[in-house]
Amino acid sequence: MIDALSTILIVLSAALSVWILVYIVRDRTMDNPLLLGLVALEVGLIVQLVVGIALLITTDDTDVNRLSFLGYLFGILLLLPAGVLWSQGEKSRSGTAVLLVATMVVPVLILRLVQLWG
Amino acid sequence: MNARAEGTDRGLGRVLVAVYAVFAFSAVGRSTVQLLTKADEAPLAYGLSALAALVYVAATLGLARAVPHADRVAWVAVIVELVGVLAVGTLSYVRPELFPDATVWSQFGQGYGYLPLVLPFVGIWWLRRTAAHTLGASA
Repeated sequence: MIDALSTILIVLSAALSVWILVYIVRDRTMDNPLLLGLVALEVGLIVQLVVGIALLITTDDTDVNRLSFLGYLFGILLLLPAGVLWSQGEKSRSGTAVLLVATMVVPVLILRLVQLWG
Repeated sequence: MNARAEGTDRGLGRVLVAVYAVFAFSAVGRSTVQLLTKADEAPLAYGLSALAALVYVAATLGLARAVPHADRVAWVAVIVELVGVLAVGTLSYVRPELFPDATVWSQFGQGYGYLPLVLPFVGIWWLRRTAAHTLGASA
């Protein structure tokens, strides 16, 4: 589905992952610019949800597993907020690494969405 | 890392809990969809999916110290997880007809980059390590 949007979101996730990796190496915790980057990705994921639902409504394709597709569209939105919250519980290198887990799982879920759309 | 690792949810445990949480969330999601839409197609596979989901939730909560008796919950969860991935992984090769649809543990978690096979070992290592810390501190 929506190849351009998926690609943009995957590239953005990868860029944020590299950014976070640099912070882990330098033993830095999340600051406002990084938080802003994560918010930008989250907004992109919300756009993906809206576009995804619009696609589901307009398609006649019955092969799409609608329940799973919706599950991924909504589930993916929880990753970054949960990651940020859990990360804030410990201001340390490991706390920052939690953010990396979140930004690395996002592209995997986007690829699953693309796969589900077929 | 050495100095500050005092609980299973601190230090590296922070990251481990995050990884377990991802598995818990996706296993619960997958299992819910399977049971809601096609429970009768592959009862064994979907039953095991549901069990795996429960195990990952328990491991996450235990390691995150979000439940009473967190250590015990975490230990039981990671051991059931290890037995589960080894048993289901083996069974899915020996008796593939039992698994018409994949579970998180079939083929030893191949579909998830074998992470489901590695995770219980990391979990056990981490629980032992943090337990040693606690003992060391009190001795």
